[in-house]
Amino acid sequence: MKRFRKLCMLTGIWTLLVSVLATGCTGISYSGDKNGELAQPFLGKTITLVTANHPWADAIRPLLPEFEAATGMNVIIQGFFEDQLTQKLTLQLTTGSATPDVFMYRPLQEGKLFYKNGWLEPLDDYAREDAEYAYADFSGEAIRSATVDGKLAGIPVIMEQEILYYRKDLLKKAGIPVPDTIEELISAVRKLHDPDNGVYGFIARGQRSPLVTQVSSFLYSEGGDFTNGQKATINTPEAMRAFSIYGGLLRDYGPPGVINMSWPQASAFFAEGKAAFYTDANSIYKSAIDPARSNISEHIGFASFPAGRSGTRFYNITSWGLAMNPRAVDKEAAWAFIRWATSKEIVLETQRKGNPGARYSVWNMPGGTEGFPKEMVEVIKQEGAGGVDHDRPTVVNVAEARETVGEIVQRVITGDPDLQQAADKANAALQAILDKEAE
Amino acid sequence: MQYNWFDRNLKWIYTMPAVIFVLVMMVFPILYTVRISFFEWSMSAITPPKWVGLDNYMTLLKDTRFWGAVRSTMFFTVAALAVEVVLGVAIALLLTRDFRGKNVMKTIFLLPMVSTPVAMGLVWQLIYEPTIGAANMLLKAVGLKPQLWLASPDQAISSLIIVDVWQWTPMIALIVMAGLATIPTDPYEAADVDGAGRWRKFISITLPLLKPTIMVAAMLRLIDVLKTFDIIYATTQGGPNLATETLNIYGYVLGFQYFKLGMASSLLVLFFALVMGLTIVMIWMRKRMEGRYE
Repeated sequence: MKRFRKLCMLTGIWTLLVSVLATGCTGISYSGDKNGELAQPFLGKTITLVTANHPWADAIRPLLPEFEAATGMNVIIQGFFEDQLTQKLTLQLTTGSATPDVFMYRPLQEGKLFYKNGWLEPLDDYAREDAEYAYADFSGEAIRSATVDGKLAGIPVIMEQEILYYRKDLLKKAGIPVPDTIEELISAVRKLHDPDNGVYGFIARGQRSPLVTQVSSFLYSEGGDFTNGQKATINTPEAMRAFSIYGGLLRDYGPPGVINMSWPQASAFFAEGKAAFYTDANSIYKSAIDPARSNISEHIGFASFPAGRSGTRFYNITSWGLAMNPRAVDKEAAWAFIRWATSKEIVLETQRKGNPGARYSVWNMPGGTEGFPKEMVEVIKQEGAGGVDHDRPTVVNVAEARETVGEIVQRVITGDPDLQQAADKANAALQAILDKEAE
Repeated sequence: MQYNWFDRNLKWIYTMPAVIFVLVMMVFPILYTVRISFFEWSMSAITPPKWVGLDNYMTLLKDTRFWGAVRSTMFFTVAALAVEVVLGVAIALLLTRDFRGKNVMKTIFLLPMVSTPVAMGLVWQLIYEPTIGAANMLLKAVGLKPQLWLASPDQAISSLIIVDVWQWTPMIALIVMAGLATIPTDPYEAADVDGAGRWRKFISITLPLLKPTIMVAAMLRLIDVLKTFDIIYATTQGGPNLATETLNIYGYVLGFQYFKLGMASSLLVLFFALVMGLTIVMIWMRKRMEGRYE
């Protein structure tokens, strides 16, 4: 009897262990109905789509049943927060998993690394051979942002440009016109800076890595860039001027603590009516004019990025794209989904809901602009053609390069007396990254 | 027959699940980390890990950012631990005395410990907000100059130590209270007979008898403080200007943001050695003290 009890206990322990190990993690998934009597070329096929928790994903979700009905495909969609998305993709793709078949990614942040690691299927042949798809309709800058080593690594989904947000009421009261140049911006900021009455002159991102994309337009407009070919150029006079302007504006006319602000904090600060000017991507305008935060949302204006010594040179990039897993079981099915999700009709639908897309023709359709404030549409149309196709150093190790650049700007904000030395050091660090990658 | 076999091997069979668990979940990852630390690898599926020998270690040892992280880790650990132990013992002593509302006080003191670190990080970020935060309002109310707190490279780490002290002092207090409950009463009675004062009793009886408990509490806390990640990541992510970048944060950045898996692994191996070393020192100190008072 005693032995029997021992045996029972033993079995119990093992069962418990095995069941604990066998309990896998299951993500939240959604799949629409899959019925319909049309000719369904992909009947019975299933693809997995992994997205960021991004408004685009919210816009595409309700459209899926229609796609599933037309193709017979079953689409499983999983959403993750931005940081978790990268980790999830990294882990899954490292292990050589066949899923997700299709996923959202950030071309300029992860594109080169993912491509180099063999995680992105080149899409040139799919996109170019398909006349109906109208590949030429995509913005050239958007395509260039998503291209790695001459190959199309993903299809642009969300485009963004840096713009100037401003307070119409404050400008009007002070009799100041909307600044067209960075010089004018600085003097307007100085005039409107009134922290005692709760209004700071300027707000933008001050956090080390996040600020880099937003200082980039200052950099280009002052005639600089992060790199020139294989040479790091973040300690040149142009770069120093740009970093000093951006960092100086934040140091002298920004709120204390700006050094810890990324776009969620900065846009909230602006939306609360505490700053006169704000520069950031147009794609986050909903946070910047959030009427739930204050009653100043009606006073917010949008303007093109002001011109520097080298003219108006803002970034104009693909911030999110759709990519295909090279190990996807059925690449035809995966492409069919990407093709559908980035077709004119669907881009029109997602753009209606405020997701700025990369297709020219959609911006010229009446419905294509109704998701945005009227003034914003003007700015987007103006900035949509032209601009610079990157908003951060175009290297494989973007994260490290960003921090290198961000440090110089942070030193401006904290008032480092020997800026040039810090910049030289940072430049050497960026050069080391470039050299290493060129090997 | 079968039963006999089981009986003879029972000690193996019963311990096997635990042994397998430890091997799979702890020993294997540690050995794998050591292995990866000799390679250069970006998790690529097409470029296999490249053997670089001790290069990763050499690069790290020459890296000023690494030494900055070592400094931040040590400063954070030593300062937070010292304050927590002193305050924890003091609070425990106060809470073992009899007064009205003692249990309510005890509960309130223990609350910070049970709250989620990441959520608390976000709350403290608001408290430290230079323009609208409660910390500066408090300073202004008592006529002091508002501070930058987490936004200043000089104050950020001290501000984080305050958060850690706020959250984890209760743990020390809790353990010390348990220790206090086990101290016998007769030494005190004897001391009363000898006419010892309160302070004398504390120094000569309470503290010596409590020392083993304090050492255990300090050691548990030491290991935890060394690997603090959540509150730092939730508030400053190592900034501003790397002022709060500890070894843990730097390791995370190297591995999951820079995708330098080899470098991150070698950092973790060094970190592992550091934690191990400190723990051995602590154990040695404890043994010495126990020897003295036994």
